[in-house]
Amino acid sequence: MKRSRRQFLKVASLSVLGLSTQLATGGIVNAAETGEQYQATENGLHAGRWAMVIDTRAFETPEDFAACINACHKAHNVPHIPNKQEVKWLWTDKYEHVFPEQENNHMSEALEKRDFLLLCNHCENPPCVRVCPTKATYKRADGIVAMDYHRCIGCRFCMAGCPYGARSFNFGNPRDYIDMAEINPEFPTRMRGVVEKCNFCVERLAKGLMPACVEAAEGKIFFGDLTDPESEVRKVLAENFTIRRKPAVGTQPGVYYII
Amino acid sequence: MYNTKYVLLGLIVFLGLFTSPFWANLGSASYERPKLALPADQKECIESAEYMRAEHMQLLNVWRDEALREGKRSYVASNGKVWTISLQNTCMKCHTNKAEFCDKCHNSNSVNPYCWDCHVEPKGNQ
Repeated sequence: MKRSRRQFLKVASLSVLGLSTQLATGGIVNAAETGEQYQATENGLHAGRWAMVIDTRAFETPEDFAACINACHKAHNVPHIPNKQEVKWLWTDKYEHVFPEQENNHMSEALEKRDFLLLCNHCENPPCVRVCPTKATYKRADGIVAMDYHRCIGCRFCMAGCPYGARSFNFGNPRDYIDMAEINPEFPTRMRGVVEKCNFCVERLAKGLMPACVEAAEGKIFFGDLTDPESEVRKVLAENFTIRRKPAVGTQPGVYYII
Repeated sequence: MYNTKYVLLGLIVFLGLFTSPFWANLGSASYERPKLALPADQKECIESAEYMRAEHMQLLNVWRDEALREGKRSYVASNGKVWTISLQNTCMKCHTNKAEFCDKCHNSNSVNPYCWDCHVEPKGNQ
């Protein structure tokens, strides 16, 4: 049978059209299926914008800080590395380092000597998210700046981008510094070559629990939804004078400090 | 065709070499699926065994993205049962024997997933 070019083109274009419609509709059906398969946990906590208020006046002894830091580091299998390659999720520093733009002459001795609890600020405009080339760091709809360690390539742009030094790089295998017998078996560790930081306890919020440090602080740290006018954090913010770290860089941190 | 003798000879040698893996393995036993240690107290996985065998890697990939990025940590299986999305706290709670379950099949198929660089192996394995 002899075919003209015209006939061939007709048959070929019709077959392409048929194949592509099949593929397209198949894709739509698949997307609809995954939409129902995955749901938020029933007892999880949800918010428009998670935020934390730390009452720095209530933290007096080193034990007050240690309780929070230990709770956090134990829950997330954070290694204790006793040198400059340390990994920090929750740590402390002095006023002049925490609020370098907000120093004043002749400050009260109490303020100068006070330690401040530091963590990832879960910014409204997080520079770490903007510079991450692999989207390993991303901002969730509820304001939590989270990390997918599977995607982290260890480029450390986020560490350069973060104005708060809230990110740590795993120079070596962190498991060398974790007692694997004492580990929290419900949470992973990290591996060599990834950056890590505080995650606002997303895995605990999904189970309906408050963050580990909030629980361990016994009322010295407040945590809640900033978009809800009735929430505890909003009430605490309304009643107290609070500041945030480095306001001039415009990151809009989600961690507030009562001074 | 010029040099038919040499060309044909060369073709035969090439074909022989190219198919040599088949000849070398002709007599040996065929691949057998490794015998895996299945959870003793559980009858069924979240989906059918056939589906899990073929698709568990894709499923875990979607699980990770849905849980971490979308905040959706519940998986509704095709039979309607709801599972918590977690490798460590859901999968490995039943499949406690990593060496006789994960590793055995991965080893015989020469794949080296790096799950356990970060995720914690179940205690039942040690």
